[in-house]
Amino acid sequence: MTDILNALVILANFIFVPAMAYGSQLALGALGITMVYSILRFSNFAHGELMSFGAMTTILLTWALQSSGYSLGIFPTALLAIPVSILVTVILAVAIDKSVYQYYRKIRAEPVTLLIVSIGVMFLISGLIRFIIGPKDQVFTDGQRFIMKARAFKKMTGLNEGLAIKMTQGITVVTAFVLVALVFWFLNKTRTGKSMRAYSDNEDLALLSGINPERVVLITWVITAALAAVAGTLYGLDKSYKPFTYLSLLLPIFSAAIVGGVGNPLGAIAGGFVIAFSELTITFAYKKVLTYLLPESMAPDTLMQLLSTDYKIALSFVILVIVLIFKPTGLFSGKTI
Amino acid sequence: MSFLLGANMTGGYGGADILHDCTIGVEKGEIAVVVGPNGAGKSTAMKAIFGMLNIRQGQVTIDGEDITSLKPEERVLKGMGFVPQTNNVFTSMSVEENLEMGAFIRRDDITSTMEQVYDLFPILKEKRKQPAGELSGGQRQQVAVGRALMTQPKVLMLDEPTAGVSPIVMDELFDRIIEVARTGIAILMVEQNAKQALNIADKGYVLVQGENRYTDTGAALIANPEVRRAFLGG
Repeated sequence: MTDILNALVILANFIFVPAMAYGSQLALGALGITMVYSILRFSNFAHGELMSFGAMTTILLTWALQSSGYSLGIFPTALLAIPVSILVTVILAVAIDKSVYQYYRKIRAEPVTLLIVSIGVMFLISGLIRFIIGPKDQVFTDGQRFIMKARAFKKMTGLNEGLAIKMTQGITVVTAFVLVALVFWFLNKTRTGKSMRAYSDNEDLALLSGINPERVVLITWVITAALAAVAGTLYGLDKSYKPFTYLSLLLPIFSAAIVGGVGNPLGAIAGGFVIAFSELTITFAYKKVLTYLLPESMAPDTLMQLLSTDYKIALSFVILVIVLIFKPTGLFSGKTI
Repeated sequence: MSFLLGANMTGGYGGADILHDCTIGVEKGEIAVVVGPNGAGKSTAMKAIFGMLNIRQGQVTIDGEDITSLKPEERVLKGMGFVPQTNNVFTSMSVEENLEMGAFIRRDDITSTMEQVYDLFPILKEKRKQPAGELSGGQRQQVAVGRALMTQPKVLMLDEPTAGVSPIVMDELFDRIIEVARTGIAILMVEQNAKQALNIADKGYVLVQGENRYTDTGAALIANPEVRRAFLGG
């Protein structure tokens, strides 16, 4: 019995808890991708950099707060900086829309043109970030590190294995949950939110109903940028901030959006967790778990790892391909790309 | 002069003209029906009146006011409602949300208008929480008409409201359209089911190649042997 519990604790510690946090970060990112896709009708490759920009702004503000002596006690100071960071990121997103995307909407550019344009924007923002904060690793987490320490857990339960929950993981999951609930409430209950869904559903009919497309687009950018700033900050808090990682984060985020069904907000959330859980379950070394579960004679000698963690990013690509082959509209039937 | 009038309209989608000096009008509380063979420019004439297509000559007036240069959404504010032939509902949204979106430009209380629409189409009240995309063809058309009625338009334009619905449903839709007209709304519609549509029409327009061929009351057009032979199948 204790063997089974120990095995479960290992799984919880190394798969469930990190996957919940990682999945929340992906879900927030994918939600932004899906919003832009369903309203502006293109795949926004600059989203990863927008997240990075949000995280960078948070870091700069956090440093400013720290040096002037502000802190949030056991919570990271970054939480205090997030609202301002959201504001700055929203301003950047709206400024880019007004100066770049608006022109392409006016000339009714093809979605693929907009996609290429978004790659240009991606390079622009990424250059801006490296110019401001540089390409190096930045750690900005402070406050209490753990909600639950491995040793405390062992003492509490008397088990051999410990379960650690980092403060950043807890904050990530809670924040993501609150934000997602807010976005869903907005889309389903408010007049403006409904008009966004209407515009996404049927652009011509939305126009006939007197819905102003520029207003819908503006609100989409505000929500997308806010989500990006929070998702980027949470990812940076959890894993340390490095500008380059946000480029490679683009793949799992897109996979999450497409796996869930692009254009479907619920799908984006589900997709985020699907990608996170599969990445972690497939690249996890099960040796210890199996040692607990199997009789001694059958204990494995190898790591019992399906794939090396180096392939983590590639894995989301594999999931993406599998979904596109067997269910092109995604798990929650979004639009076909 | 008619309440809504597209007078001497000439134009097309760029390239060759589709409409040639075409005139269509409708009075308040009346039903005007545009019929004609395929490619006669019926839908094009509707789009021209609603401003979804630029006309080179002629003008569109509502209640004497020239609206030729207005965009479709501005014409909605002038009291025009339009039900397109296809993609005329928000499929992913519930019936109720469709109606709410129809009333998007209104800032006042819309519940009484919504009740009126539900009175007109009782089935919609029953299905108000269901996504419009899950309804049958006839019910969808009711949602589409209901959506357009939510702005309390003075003119309702319908582009082939009975396309793809069964004859029974068609009769029912026509009955509802007559009811709408009785409330004082001007109704202008394009129909493939020419005979049935002319039956309920106060005024009928037969278009051929973008030109007015016959214009008369619905009854007179049905009685006209030439119209019968050429356009109504004998």
